[in-house]
Amino acid sequence: MTATTSEPLLTFEDAIATFDPVMGFEVHVELNTLTKMFCGCPTEFGAPPNTQVCPVCLGLPGALPVVNEKAVESAIRIGLALGCSIAEWSRFARKNYFYPDMPKDFQTSQYDEPIAVNGALAIVVPTEDGPRPVTVGIERAHMEEDTGKILHVGGATGRIHGADYSLIDYNRAGVPLIEIVTKPIEVEPALAPAVARAYVTELRELIVALGVSDAHMHQGSMRVDANVSLKPRGRVELGTRTETKNVNSIRSVERAVRFEIQRQAAVLQAGETIIQETRHFHESDGSTTSGRIKEEAEDYRYFPEPDLTPIVPESAWIERLRATLPEPPLKRRARIREEWGISEHEMQSLINAGALELVQQTVALGADSADARKWWTGEIARISNERGLDVAALPITPQDVHRIIMLTIEGSLNDKLARQVIEGVLAGEGNPDEVVVSRDLAVVSDDGALLEAIDTALAQQPDVAEKIRGGKVQAAGAIVGAVMQSTGGMADAARVRELILERVGDSLG
Amino acid sequence: MPALDRDDVAHLARLSRLQLSDAELDHFGEQLDVILSAVARVAEVAADDVPPTTHAVPVVNVTRPDVIVACLPREDVLAGAPAAEDDRFRVPRILDEEEQ
Ligand SMILES: [Zn+2]
Repeated sequence: MTATTSEPLLTFEDAIATFDPVMGFEVHVELNTLTKMFCGCPTEFGAPPNTQVCPVCLGLPGALPVVNEKAVESAIRIGLALGCSIAEWSRFARKNYFYPDMPKDFQTSQYDEPIAVNGALAIVVPTEDGPRPVTVGIERAHMEEDTGKILHVGGATGRIHGADYSLIDYNRAGVPLIEIVTKPIEVEPALAPAVARAYVTELRELIVALGVSDAHMHQGSMRVDANVSLKPRGRVELGTRTETKNVNSIRSVERAVRFEIQRQAAVLQAGETIIQETRHFHESDGSTTSGRIKEEAEDYRYFPEPDLTPIVPESAWIERLRATLPEPPLKRRARIREEWGISEHEMQSLINAGALELVQQTVALGADSADARKWWTGEIARISNERGLDVAALPITPQDVHRIIMLTIEGSLNDKLARQVIEGVLAGEGNPDEVVVSRDLAVVSDDGALLEAIDTALAQQPDVAEKIRGGKVQAAGAIVGAVMQSTGGMADAARVRELILERVGDSLG
Repeated sequence: MPALDRDDVAHLARLSRLQLSDAELDHFGEQLDVILSAVARVAEVAADDVPPTTHAVPVVNVTRPDVIVACLPREDVLAGAPAAEDDRFRVPRILDEEEQ
């Protein structure tokens, strides 16, 4: 990978030849409750600024927070799905810091008494030698609230440095968040970036299966902070870590980890030390740059939140929630593999393309799984790669893809035209039917027009016509090609072949 | 109970973004000492059989259903803001810390 940064990098291969990376992830998931964590304000995304706020989430004097029961249930279900123990006694705490994204000047979070502790998530990591099972330890999952959105005004970059002042929308302040923290992850060094990606992918799938969040990384309803440290091979104690914040796609998680390994290795190799700091990830070139130094910022002076009561879940409640857990994604994938008759490798490429759910939804609409996989992992995945986006972030839906498949089965589109329809849908030209009409993309199904083109092609290539007559059916390919060319690709190749053989047969008869 | 030294007070002031002179640091340090020693006296009274608590009454699991309640009208919300612009709270520029 090339990255434009002023900081020196080792190649990934050189980095892992000397150092063992240790990773940790903090993933914030915005719950899809109707209301905020501690007040009845709606959580709907995209409302006009400061229209979803009240005395509680504005931190006005005398306002008293009350916990959203549904949010606690979601937290417990996430904990259970991650194999965690649910705390018999759990409390909220104030995390004090001085920053205007929280009007209270503290964030209500959980500190030493989180709702869920000590679990594990089984993942499968694609490697050159095939899929490798890895278990990622989960340290804890705790409840907290999201912060407001700050807009920096003035300066050239829209970033805080050089800004003249800042504007704040508190609609998001108080939206329920679950933070899921892993234990340190130490794997075969070469696999670290792939493990990072597989963990976030698996976790996201679990969250979506639980139905507790839409977990859209590009919209920020799932946000990943990636901790990376290196230690010289053979050393036991952990090195100094950096925390790369808000990595906003599954692909970026992998890139950010890889970059930090390369960067830190260069620093350590040069005999310098790693600074404990937050770093910012840049989508454009996959690099990270220094943010704030962590030391002081971590002095949050946590103390138990006096305005909220402890959460002491009864075991009957926990068991009731356990009964609502979905089939674990790993098991579900094994079942789907069987249903669709695909290999683990094919399943992995579906997951890597971020397309499993989309294919499933397309199949649920009535499409054949092979057709659905072909389009989502073919043309659509190709475009998403080109644009550096997750497939799910592209403006094309399972409904669109299902319709395109139906149109190809009906014979009114061939693959080439279907690709143009996809292009049109992605360009915002409407649904597939609208794109077919506006771009005039239906295949030439008029046999008369096709026969005319076939006759012309046969006349131009009499030697080929002769071969076909002589029984060399595969020679018809050259005529099919000529007809496809003369119709501008708007013919159904299978139908053209049929007509050629009929035509030559007729002339024989 | 060890007294707070000036560095502790300076650190707390920095976390609260307060700029204090040396004289003020000493002054507030003395005041904080008084508060801390008062709390320490309470701690002396609490024997081992008195568990620490953050609530006067033993109440747990007070929750509310996930039901939307009316918000404040935006005029009222922003009426309390020191400054507003584009329907948002306007704050002076924030230095030395990065955005979330
Ligand atoms: Zn509110």
